[in-house]
Amino acid sequence: MSQEKQDFLERSKTFWNPGKTQAWQDMGVDLVIDRREGYYLHDMDGQRLIDVHLNGGTYNIGHRHPELVEVLNQATRKFDMGNHHFPSLARTALAEALAACTPGDLQYTMYGSGGGEAIDIAIKTARNAMKKRKIVSIVKAYHGHTGLAVKTGDERFSKLFLSEDTAGEFVQVPFNDLNAMEDALKGRDVAAVIMETIPATYGFPMPKEGYLPGVKKLCERYDALYIADEVQTGLMRCGALWAITRYGVEPDLLVTGKGISGGMYPIACVVVSKERAGWLSQDGFGHMSTMGGAELGCIVALKVLEIVQRPEVISMVRYISNFIRAGLDQIMAIYPDFFTGIRQHGVVMGLEFNHPEGAKPVMKYLYRNGVWAIFSTLDPRVLQFKPGVLMTQALCEDLLRRVEAAIGEARTEVMGAGSRRTR
Amino acid sequence: MDNFVRRLVDISQSEAAMRARADLVLERARWAAEVFHRYDRAKTMAAVDAVARIAFDKAGEYAEWAVRETGFGVVAHKKIKNELSSIPLVDHYRDRDFVSPRIDERSMVVEIPRPAGVIFALAPSTNPVATVYFKVLSALMTRNAIVISPHPAARECCVDAARTLAAAAEAAGAPEGVIQVIADPSIPLIDQFMRSDKTDVILATGGSAMVRSAYSSSNPAIGVGPGNAPVFVDATADPGHAARHIVESKSFDNSLLCTNESVLIVVAEAERALKAELQKAGCHICSEEETQTLRRYLFHERGFNVEALGRDAIWIARQVGIKVSPKTLVLVTPIRLIGEEEPLSREKLCPVLGLYTARNNAQAMMQARALLRLSGAGHSAAIHSNDTRAIVDYAAMVEVYRVVVNAPCSQGAAGFATNLAPTFTIGTGFFGRSSVGENIGPQHLVNWTRIAYHKDSDVTLDAIAHTAVRQPGPLPEAPSDGVPGRSVADLRPVDATADRDALREEIRRIIADELRAALKE
Ligand SMILES: Cc1ncc(COP(=O)(O)O)c(C=O)c1O
Repeated sequence: MSQEKQDFLERSKTFWNPGKTQAWQDMGVDLVIDRREGYYLHDMDGQRLIDVHLNGGTYNIGHRHPELVEVLNQATRKFDMGNHHFPSLARTALAEALAACTPGDLQYTMYGSGGGEAIDIAIKTARNAMKKRKIVSIVKAYHGHTGLAVKTGDERFSKLFLSEDTAGEFVQVPFNDLNAMEDALKGRDVAAVIMETIPATYGFPMPKEGYLPGVKKLCERYDALYIADEVQTGLMRCGALWAITRYGVEPDLLVTGKGISGGMYPIACVVVSKERAGWLSQDGFGHMSTMGGAELGCIVALKVLEIVQRPEVISMVRYISNFIRAGLDQIMAIYPDFFTGIRQHGVVMGLEFNHPEGAKPVMKYLYRNGVWAIFSTLDPRVLQFKPGVLMTQALCEDLLRRVEAAIGEARTEVMGAGSRRTR
Repeated sequence: MDNFVRRLVDISQSEAAMRARADLVLERARWAAEVFHRYDRAKTMAAVDAVARIAFDKAGEYAEWAVRETGFGVVAHKKIKNELSSIPLVDHYRDRDFVSPRIDERSMVVEIPRPAGVIFALAPSTNPVATVYFKVLSALMTRNAIVISPHPAARECCVDAARTLAAAAEAAGAPEGVIQVIADPSIPLIDQFMRSDKTDVILATGGSAMVRSAYSSSNPAIGVGPGNAPVFVDATADPGHAARHIVESKSFDNSLLCTNESVLIVVAEAERALKAELQKAGCHICSEEETQTLRRYLFHERGFNVEALGRDAIWIARQVGIKVSPKTLVLVTPIRLIGEEEPLSREKLCPVLGLYTARNNAQAMMQARALLRLSGAGHSAAIHSNDTRAIVDYAAMVEVYRVVVNAPCSQGAAGFATNLAPTFTIGTGFFGRSSVGENIGPQHLVNWTRIAYHKDSDVTLDAIAHTAVRQPGPLPEAPSDGVPGRSVADLRPVDATADRDALREEIRRIIADELRAALKE
C-alpha cells in the first residue's frame, strides 16, 4: 500500500467512518476507488478491478456511461434540482415514462432522493390508502435505513439507533413460506407486504415457483397492498425491465432506485396506481422532499430507461447470463467441495460456498485477482455476483478467468492445500 | 421513450450518443459472433439454407420494393439478381467448407477456420437487396456476425430484408443478433461503426467517398472502387452476337451493376456491321446534337446526374427530347475522345453507352487503358473477339482483374453469366486501391490458424486429424430460478450429458472419417 493511501485511510478514519474504514482493511480489501470507467474501477494505488458489485446495480449500465455524462452535462446548461413545490417538466416527463413502462395500471410517480426514502414514501402511501399501519416484510429483508424502511429489515440496523419497531407494526416472515405469510395477513390488519423480488442483501435466495404470485394472491385476499422493491432487480437485470413481471405479478406499488440514474445523480421513484395514490389529491403537500425528484436526476433517469429498453440490451443480458453461467458451471465442477451452488436469474446471481463465511475469502481473493464482488451481509456464505447488462464478451471471459483463479485460492485458504481439485 | 428525454435535452446527435449506439450494436454482434464460432458445419448450414430459402422466396417482393423505393432499376432484373444471390450463391459454395478444419497435405499443415468476427457491411442503392442477401449469406457461411448499413435511398427495403433474414436465421438456430441492420443510417453514425475497434472488417460497396473512408477508418476493409468497363469489339468478333450481349448487359437493371459496359471501343473495320447489329438489338445511335444534349444532361459540374441513375433508355430520351423508337433499350453516343475532356467516357450507371472507333487493335487497347485510367481501375472489362492473341493481349494490357469474353459484362464480371464467383462486391485490387482483386466471397471473411510441427517431426497428421475441433454449438440457456418452466431443474436434465457425449462421439467419428478421406485424396 502506498504511503499516500495509508495517509488517506487515516484521514478517512479521523473524519469519515473509522469503523467501516477499518473493517475493510480487516477483510483484506484496501480499496479506495479513484478513477472509474465502464465496468472498471481503479484503486488509488492503480489496481484495476472488474466491478461485479455495481453497488447493488447502481452501475448496471457501467460507470459514467458516456450517454449519461453527455445528457447530464447538457442538462446543466438549463436545469438544476428544480423547485419541488411546483409542477416540473422533468419530473412529469419521467413520471410519464415510468407509467408507460411499469406493469399494470401504475400511473403516478412519487420521488425520493434515495432508495430508503422511496421505500418510506411507499409505506406511507400504502398506509394512507389502506388506513392500516402494519407492514409485512421478509426475515433478513433489506429495504434501506431511513425511518420506516429500517424497521422492515434486520434488527442489527435498527436497534443500534433505538429505532426498532416497538409497536408491533412491522412483522417479518420467512422467505418462500406462504403459510407464514398467510398467518401474518389473516388478521386483515396489514397495509402492505413489501418484497424485494429477489432479496439481494440476503444473498439472492430465489423465490420458489409460485411464491411471489402466491403472496400477491394473499394480499388480495386479505386487503393488503403489494410493494415491489425493484431497486436491485429492476432495469433489465433479470432479462425484463422489471423482474417482478417475469413472475407474473402486478404490484400495487413499485420502487426503483440505484440503477435508475446510473450512479450519475441521486434519485429514486415510487410508482403507484391511481387508485392507491389517494393522498396526492387529498393533500398534495403531504409528503415533501427538496431533493426528491431533482430535475437533473429525472433527466438522467429518462436516458437510463431509454437505454435499457433498446432491443440490443435484452439480447446482451441473455448472452451474458448464459455465458457466465456456463463458465461458472465449469468452475463449480473444478471445486465442487467448495463452490457448491449458483442462484441465478439473469445477471442477478448468488454464488454459494461450503463454509459459513465462505464468500468473504472469495471476495478477498477476487479483489487480489482484479475483481470486485461483495459478500451478502445477511448471509456471508453467499457472494453477490452482479455483472452489468452491457458487459462485453471479452470482459466476461476475462472475468471468468479471474474468478476461477480466485475461487481456487480461496478454497485453499478455507479448506487447506491438501485436498485436491477434481480436474 | 426517447421522446421524453428529447423534449428536455436532446443529445441524439452528439458524438457520445452516436458512439454508444454503434458500440451497443457491435457488442451484441460480438456476442453473436463468439457463439456462432462454436457451431459446426451442419448447424451453420442449417441457418444458411434457411436464410437462402426465404431470400429466394422473397426475391420478387423485394425487387418490386427496391424499384418502388429508389425509383430506378427493373423489377424483373432485380428479381433475378436477388434470386441469384440466394440459393444459387450458397450452392456455388456448397462444396467449400469454411467451418471444419482442413488438411493441407502437401505442407503437412492442419488448418482451423477462424471467422473474422463482426462485419460491417454497406449496401448501395443500386443493388440494395441483392447486396444484403449476398453479404448476409457470405457472413453466415463463414460464421460471422454482420451489421448492415443500407444506403438511405434504399433504406426501407434493406431494413426489411435484413430483418426477414435475421428472423429466419434465428429461427433456424443461428445466434440472436447475428444479423443486424441500422434502421436510420446517417454519415456520423456510419462513421462511428467504421472507425470502431469493435468492427473486424468493413465490406464496403458504394460510392468512392464511402469506400475511401472505409479504407481510412483504421479497420481492415474490403472496399471496391467504381467501375468504368471498356468493351472492345475487334474485327474477328461476330457482330450480331456481340451486339446482343452488349445490349443485354447495358439494359440489365438499366446498367445498375457496376460491371456494366461504359464505352464500346470498336475497330474501324468492324464499325459498320456492329452499328447495324446494335440498332437491330435495340440501340439508338445518337446524332452529334443528340450526343451533346445527353452529355449536358448526364454530367453536371459535380459529376453524374443521379436523376438518370438506373432509368431506362426511353425515359432518358424523353427527358432530353430525343425521339427514339419505343423498342429502344440503349442509347449509344459516339465520342471522339477518351479522357478528362469527354464526360461520356466516365462511368454511366444508366443505359447510355459511349462508342469510340479505333483505327486498329493496338490503338483500341491504348484507349481501353486510358478509359480505366480515368476511372474503373481494377474493375472489369469485356472483349468480343475470336482471336486468342487479341484476347490475351487485351487482358494483359487493361488494368482490371476480370476480362469477360464474348459475354455480357454486367452479368459476366459479377459471376452470373460466367464461371467467376457470383458476387455483388467486385474486388478492385491494387489497381483499384483495394485489398482484394477477386470477386469477393465468403473465403475473404475467414482466416485459418495453421498447426505446424517441426519439419523433422515424425508426428503423423493422422493423429491430429482424428482430434475433432470442439464445436459445442449454442450456449445452454441459463436458468431463471423460480420462473415457471425456467428453473435449473427444468433446463438442465442430468442425464442429458450422456446423450451429449454420445452425440459428440458420433460427430468426432464423422469428422475423423472425413479427414481421413481428405488425407487419402
Ligand atoms: C433492495 C433495496 N432496497 C432499498 C435500498 C435502499 O436504497 P438507498 O441505499 O438508496 O437508500 C437498497 C440499498 O441497498 C436495496 O438494496
